[in-house]
Order: sequence, then C-alpha cells, then structure tokens
Amino acid sequence: MVGILEDKDRIFTNLYGLQDWTLEGAKKRGAWNATKDMLDLGRDWIITNVKNSGLRGRGGAGFSTGLKWSFMPKEVKDRPHYLVVNADESEPGTAKDREIMRHDPQLLIEGCLIASFAMQAHACYIYLRGEYVLERERMEAAVKQAYEAKLIGKNNVHGWDFDVYIHHGAGAYICGEETALLESLEGKKGQPRLKPPFPAGAGLYGCPTTVNNVESIAVVGTILRRGAGWFAGFGRPNNTGTKLMTISGHVNRPCNVEEAMSIPLKQLLEEHCGGVRGGWDNLKAVIPGGSSVPLITREMSETALMDFDSLREMRSGLGTAAVIVMDQSTDLVKAIARISYFYKHESCGQCTPCREGTGWMWRVLERMAVGEADPSEIDLLLDVAGQVEGHTICALGDAAAWPVQGLIRHFRHEIEERIANYRSRRANFAGHAIAAE
Amino acid sequence: MPVAKVNGVEIEFEPGMTVLQVAERAGEEIPRFCYHERLSIAGNCRMCLVEVKPGPPKPQASCALPAADGQEIFTDTPMVKKAREGVMEFLLINHPLDCPICDQGGECDLQDQSMYYGRDGSRYAENKRAVEEKNMGPTVKTFMTRCIQCTRCVRFITEVAGVPDIGMISRGESAEITTYLEKNIDSELSGNVNDLCPVGALTHRPWQYHYRPWELKKTETIDVMDGLGSNIRADSKGAEVMRVLPRVHEGINEEWLSDLSRYVVDGLQRRRLDRPWVRGADGRLAPATWEEALGLVAGKLKAAPANRIGVVAGDLQDAESMKAALDLFRALGSPNTDCRQDGSALGHGPREGWLFNSGIAGIENADAVLIVGANPRVEAPLLNARLRKAWLAGKSEIGLVGEQADLTYPYSWLGAGSKTLAKLPKAAMDFLSKAERPAIIVGAGALGGETGPAVLNALGALAKKVGVVKDGWNGFNVLHTAAARVGGLDMGFVPGEGGLAAVDMVKKGALDVLFLLGADEIDASASGAFKVYLGSHGDRGAHGADVILPGAAYTEKGGLYVNTEGRVQMAERVVFPKGQAKEDWAILRALSAMVGQTLPYDTLDQLRAKLMADHPTFGRIDYLPAPASFDVAGLGKKGDLGDVGFASPVRDPYLNNPIARASVTMAELSAQRIAPVAMAAE
Repeated sequence: MVGILEDKDRIFTNLYGLQDWTLEGAKKRGAWNATKDMLDLGRDWIITNVKNSGLRGRGGAGFSTGLKWSFMPKEVKDRPHYLVVNADESEPGTAKDREIMRHDPQLLIEGCLIASFAMQAHACYIYLRGEYVLERERMEAAVKQAYEAKLIGKNNVHGWDFDVYIHHGAGAYICGEETALLESLEGKKGQPRLKPPFPAGAGLYGCPTTVNNVESIAVVGTILRRGAGWFAGFGRPNNTGTKLMTISGHVNRPCNVEEAMSIPLKQLLEEHCGGVRGGWDNLKAVIPGGSSVPLITREMSETALMDFDSLREMRSGLGTAAVIVMDQSTDLVKAIARISYFYKHESCGQCTPCREGTGWMWRVLERMAVGEADPSEIDLLLDVAGQVEGHTICALGDAAAWPVQGLIRHFRHEIEERIANYRSRRANFAGHAIAAE
Repeated sequence: MPVAKVNGVEIEFEPGMTVLQVAERAGEEIPRFCYHERLSIAGNCRMCLVEVKPGPPKPQASCALPAADGQEIFTDTPMVKKAREGVMEFLLINHPLDCPICDQGGECDLQDQSMYYGRDGSRYAENKRAVEEKNMGPTVKTFMTRCIQCTRCVRFITEVAGVPDIGMISRGESAEITTYLEKNIDSELSGNVNDLCPVGALTHRPWQYHYRPWELKKTETIDVMDGLGSNIRADSKGAEVMRVLPRVHEGINEEWLSDLSRYVVDGLQRRRLDRPWVRGADGRLAPATWEEALGLVAGKLKAAPANRIGVVAGDLQDAESMKAALDLFRALGSPNTDCRQDGSALGHGPREGWLFNSGIAGIENADAVLIVGANPRVEAPLLNARLRKAWLAGKSEIGLVGEQADLTYPYSWLGAGSKTLAKLPKAAMDFLSKAERPAIIVGAGALGGETGPAVLNALGALAKKVGVVKDGWNGFNVLHTAAARVGGLDMGFVPGEGGLAAVDMVKKGALDVLFLLGADEIDASASGAFKVYLGSHGDRGAHGADVILPGAAYTEKGGLYVNTEGRVQMAERVVFPKGQAKEDWAILRALSAMVGQTLPYDTLDQLRAKLMADHPTFGRIDYLPAPASFDVAGLGKKGDLGDVGFASPVRDPYLNNPIARASVTMAELSAQRIAPVAMAAE
C-alpha cells in the first residue's frame, strides 16, 4: 500500500478529477447523503461532533474549527450571522483548495450549509482568489446545480433557508487574511483589521461572522456522516484527521494527496512522490507548510511528522501542508530572497514593521545571494526579522520573517561562505555599500 | 470602576477605555503617530506597543486594545523598549534626513520621539525610498518622501471634513497618500491635515519656509472670521503675524480651524491703511495728519443736525470700539446707529432671540435639526463638522429650507424659501415634533430684507409648536456670520427711537455724515453724505470715503467678541497697529473730545468697565448661558411671508471681509472654488 490512508477513508474521492464533478456524480460518491438528518440532530450535535473530531483549521493557523464555531453568538439578535469561506488560496506552494473546488465542489457547498446551520447563518460568501477563474466558473455551476436541486436556497429540502454567493477577489495575497478578506468583501481596500473585535463579534458588515478555510468546511459533511471518532482515528492526538497535502519541488512526482495527519514526511515523499530527485541523500531542505514557515533540514526531515505539533517542535509549522522540497542543487539564499520578494510585494503597507521591514529584508537577502554583504549583516538581518515578527497587525509580518529566520538558523554557514567567496574574488574589497543618507 | 495596574501601580479607569488611555491616566507617556483622540483608531504605526498581562507573549498596540479589569500593563520593560526602537528604526529608514530644511523641524513628532525612543544610529545600508510630491491644493504643501503612512490625514478628511479626497493607493512599500488624481482637497477644513501630520509630509503651503517655530512669539487670542469665535494662537515674528493655529476649546472649535481663519493672515500685511487720508477739493485722497483728519470729521459732525448723522458698525469690530461709537453718537443725540449691515430682522426682544441657544457643542445633542436660510459649510465650517459628527453617530436627522448645497451629510430638502415656511410639509413637521430635542438653525439668509421679521415670526411660531424651546432645552439657534454681530446686538447697537437702520442710512440723501466703523459689506455709494471710514484695510468702505481713519485689525488690539452662542471672549493684541494707525476705541475717544462730547473713559480698562456696567453679559468671559426658556413665538412681526428664496449671504467665504479680500491665499482658494482646476504637482 502507498502511504497510510486507505482508499475507503478518503474524503475527497474525486481529488484528481477522474470522475464526474457535477451534483449527480458527487451524490454517487456520497455528498448530500443524509444532510437533512444531520441538521435535524441540531446545532449542538454538529458543533460537538466537529469539536470531538479534533478538526483543526486547514488554512494554516490550525485553530480548532468546532471551537471557532462555538464563539458565534448563541442567539441571532439584531444582526444576521454570516459564514465566509476563505478560498483565497495564495500561499506559494499550496494547491489543495483548488482541487476541491474543481473536482468536489458539492462537498464544499454541503459543508457550507451544515456550518451555516450550526452558526445560524442564512448566507455564505465564498471568497475566491482572483487567479482562480476556472474554479469560479466551476463553483458557480455547482452552486447553480445545488439551487436547482433545491438543496440550498429559499425553501430548500433541508428546511434551512440558505444562500451561497461566490465572490471573486482581485488577486492580493493579503486578502487571504481573514479580516482583510472581510474588508475586501465589503468593497474596501484589502487591509487587515485590528483585533479585537474578532469576526465572531463584529465581522462582515459588522455582523457576527466566521471565516473558515475551504478544506475545513468541505470535510465537515463526511466527518458527520462517518462520525467524529472515525476522523479522530487518524493521526496523533491533537493532530487528527486526514489532510490534503501538496508536494512540489524536487521530487520525482509532485502531487496533491489526501493523507492521514502525522504521516512521516519521509514516507510522504518516498511513497507518494517517488522520492526526492536523485535520492534522499540529495535532499537539502524542505519547507513543510507553504512558503511562510521556516525550512527544515534533511536531518530534521528524517524524523518530521506531518502534523502541527511535530513541526512546531522543529520550530517550523504545518501551515497549509504545502511541502516544498529542495535538493542540493538549490541556491537556498536565492530561494529565500525570492520568497522575501513575494512578501515585500504582497505587504499591504498598513503597518510600519511589515511595510518597511519586508523591503529591507529582501534587499539585504538579494545582496547576500551574490555575496555582496558584510558578515555582520547576517545578525542584522536576523534582528530585523525579529523586529517585524510579532509587531504587526496581522500575521503577514510573521510570515515574512519566519523563512528568513529559518534560513539563518540552519544555513548560516552558506551565507558566510557566499560572502567569503565573493570577497576572495575581489582584490580590493571596499566594504559594503555606504549608508544612505 | 475596574482597576488595572500600570507598571505595578494600580489605577482605576472607566469601562471602555483603551490600554493607552489607562496608561496615560497613570501618568505614563505612550509614544504614538497614528493615534489621535478625535479620529478613529487605525493602529498602524505600531509605536504605542506595550506589554500586557494576561496576553500573548508579544507586545500589543495599546491604542486599539480595550483595557480589562485586573490587567497588568507594562510600558518600560526591555520588550517594550526593543519594540519601540524597532518601529522607530523602520519609520526612519525611508525617512529623509532633511530636518534642517523641513518646515516641521522643531515641532515634529518624529524628531521628538526618535530622540526619546529611538536608537542613536542607522543600520540601514540600502537606498532610501523617494515619493513624488502630490498636489493637494493651495493650502497643503506635500513632501511625500517624508510620509510615514499614519493615515491621520485620510481619516480626518473622510471622517471630520466629510470629503473622500485623500486616500492611500498601492500597497506595501509603494503605498502612497494622495488625492488620487492630484485634485485639490475640496474642503474648508483642509489646513487641519497639516496640523495633524506628525511629520513634515504635509505642511502649510502659504507659510512654506517663512519661519522656524522657535522664532515665533505665541499669543493666544480669538478668531473673528466667522461667528463661532474659534480659539486661536497667533504666532508673530517682529511686527508680522506669521501664522494662526487652533487652540483647544471643547465648546467651540475642539482643536480644528477653518482654512479661512487660518490662512487669512497674509491679508493682515496687504492693503493696510497706515495713515489718515482726506479727500481734497480735486476729489483725490491725500495724506493728512491725525489732527487734520479728526478736526475735519469733528467739524462735519458738529455742523450737521443730530438726526442727519449716523454710524454703521462692521462685521469684525470689537465690542469696545462699538461701545465707544455708540456712546459718542448717542451723546451727539443721533438715533442712527446700526450694526446690521445685512438688514437682518434681529435685535429686538429678549437676548435669546438672536443667540445660538443650544450652544455649538450642544447642537450635537439635537436629534432633529432644521436649517433655514443658511449654508453652515461656508458660513461656519466647524459648526458643520459638528452637525456631520452628530449625523455620523446616527444621532440626528437634518432638514433644509434654502439653497441646496453639498453639506457633507445627507439632508432632506424641504423647500427653497419663505413660501415653504408658510406651509411646511407634514413630513417636516413630523420629524421635528417627533424629536426629543429638536433644533432650528436660522441663518442670515432668511432674516434679511422686507420679509425678515415675518420669517422670524413664523419660525418662532414653528419653534413653539414643535417644542424647540422647552424646559432644559433651547434649540432655537441663530447662526451669525459676523463676529461682531452678537456683541453689537447685546449692547443695543441698533437704531434708537426714530433712528434709521443701516440699509436706510446709505440711501441717497438720508444723512449728512455717515460714519463707517469698519463697515465694508454695505454699499454706501448712493449716499451723498460726507463719509468717514475707520478701519484697517483699503477696501470697499475706504474707497468712497471722504476721510479715512486708520484703525487696527483684529490681531492688533485687545477686544471683546461675543460669538453666535453668546459666549464673550477676550482677544489679545498680537502685534501693534501698522504705521500711524491706532486702536479703534482710542480714535473715537480722541474724536469725542474734539466734538465736545468727551467719552468718560481714558483707558481700555475703563471702557470695558463701563461696557460691563451698562451690559452685564459682557462681564462673564467664556461663559455659556444655560438653556433658558423664552417667548420664542413673540419674535419678529407677523406678516406676509411672500415668496422669497433663502440664499446664504456668504457668497464666497474666502472673500467675505476686507482682510480676506486682501489675502493672496484667500484669492487662490476663491479661484479654486469657482473653477476647481487640477494643478500638476511641481
């Protein structure tokens, strides 16, 4: 068998689009099966079961989904409740939500209905990444089919009036941050809001709102159908369930795969991806959770498990479980400089440390990539990253700082060598650039 | 009350306060750039980071964090110090080192805070960012390279001024504050963004490179450009007033100031009357000595019958000079005295009949406001900002009878003029009578002309009917456009028995001697009388005068002014009058001796004592009377309302008085108002 998860336990049975994506096909695979019965069991039953399944948010932060739902006000007062699905999947290396929306859209729509019912929301907005044009068309078609089948909409067969709106973003990474997403959804410039108040108190249009990742919502229907215990049976305690993982980079067969949580990273790469290009020993580093988490070395990858806690112990993170594999041919400094450029480009510019710090880090890294730097600047860079991390309104500052910190933590020697080589090629080294005035 | 600990010291606080406010209450200074107590919270500069327990193990932005009972706040831990140094460094890496040529230098938040909270050197070795300058209009000079993106200006312009003209475009490092298409800021409060800017990115364009802040003598005084009496600080260098900045007065201007009040000061240096002039036999004005000029006026006054002489007081006059003029003309036996150049119907009956009774701050409590014949946006921009504030808070509904204009908030337009008042639509009646604290704001545009008294009477009747004046609430508000008007009415500077009103005095053949006390807004060209003009600027009044007596402008004399809500305020002398010019009251005192009716005061203090003795309301400085009930239905005279359109008398706020008409900046603002052109940035 390949991997840990058996085919019978897969939630996304059409992940590769080999079967019919339409409502008819999805129903054959189990979607919309007994949804009405689940709703009849009540909100508390749903939330308790989602809590018990141990489902943690699949967007990167890993906050308990059931707990998040329980933060919504118990009673609907003067303001309506909203569910917002974050389909602004922009983290470099991540392509899991894309496959869900392309090939299993009904699972997502069903999840939306269940989650909305649990939070007493009658409307759900799905905020799609700007570049996902095909996915938008597919989602719109799927929503239309669900309306026509009276699965959702006014007076639907489930007895809970419910509307789904697809909103197409404009392609800004920052709009994946939940409050920036809400701002963008409201028609404003996508800039994160200050918290508190949290969206559960004042979110979309000032109303109680929960923002969930596509995957977190799409798995809910199956979890409830098969039972919280079934889902909790995968992975280690506190890291349960199955998870879509996107593996890219220097492996023989890059792929998207649904796997059990806590699968050893090495097993994941060897069995699903045909191993690292040129063999395991050719591995240099792995970014295990999308570009924003610190990289880990080959030695660490030997023992790393693909779950929140194991990777946190290694001072990295599971993030979106987008594994980026880099073999020995990789220029790591250049690679991190490129990631730094991405964050500099995507910073919203609202708060100072991120606006100014991302550009600073990128410029220093670009120089370091050719070696045109002073060894003392490595510590300066680390210090600047520390000044950005934890000082910003949203987590983009952290996301920009972590890759840099990871690089220096594990590959400081490479930067030093680069600088030494650069200097040795020059007879008269005049020191680094003179300070701007 | 909940209790928090700030650096180990317990402090009580009101529920709803932020951590920053609690720390301030405990006496700890929290550095900040983006936070401003009168604007919404942005939390984006990250300078106010503090450590909070319980809380995450990272510093928190104190400006946006609600304080909680039992919270421990630390403002001096190594974590906080490092966070502040880090943010300061980030702010400075792309900030130019051009303090020596920056107008903000010496009063710059960034300078001060980098001294206190920053590191001593720079570690930044890359090139600095440069940003192109933006055009924001005649009042705002931009150096956008200095901008630290605190967005105070954006928030002020959208929230307080109510125009969507400034915003931030692009993102990340490329983020820029701009007026989008480089248009001018279409607001009469635009100058405040220069005050708000914590760095030198937005500075006062009219005063660019004119002074350094430490060279200036600072005098706290009162503004006279509109009826509100905004509190200002006039900064002078030598004999010149260099700039005017707002002072905080919660009851009047909070801490804002209109562009007119602020940038009119260059008008104080131009077209000034600095010596007496007398019109010779050839019809040309010739320089004269004080003795010649006063002697000539005294002779004319004595020669004419008492009922053939008269005095009209202007809009910028201090109460003392009006008192001296009034006393002099009464002593000469003349009943022809008037301070109402616009022919307004006010001035009879109880004092409440011509006051803004709810108070300027009190208008925020009104839940329904009917504006009649006024455009508060041009007549009193800061009052308009208050109305907008109340509307934004969802507290008030606003209706308008008069000219339709963009007031920065929505209102229901009920009609154009007096015809509407005769039969107010039911909806209008309902929204007033439903309200708990209804208010009527009546402007000069409704009270002038033949129908003035009837309009006033109709409004009084309406006010009574819908409960505008009742126990504990008086929402009958007259919005004056002239700073001198309420003072004049309070002292009875209106025609005596059988006397002529201002509009009648200037009619052909009405008088033998017409004394214009700073009166420039009345057309006296038809009058065949011998005209004496006492004032500060060579403007309309001086043009047709036979004798010109050079007086002092409002920054050149101490004086009392009563604002539209009846608040008496004392202005201070900032600089001395120009050339041979004298303070107005002293000229009238000298003239009184020459006509043989010597006024009984030799000093300004004696004059004030007499004024306060005759009219006790002048004795209570900065005092706002409590809302008092009065017979509002008895105002004015019952009569035919006719069909007159109400139009604000302030056609162009930037050219509304002699000082403004002499100002280059005001001319620019006026031109922009008539034909807004998008100028390219230089």
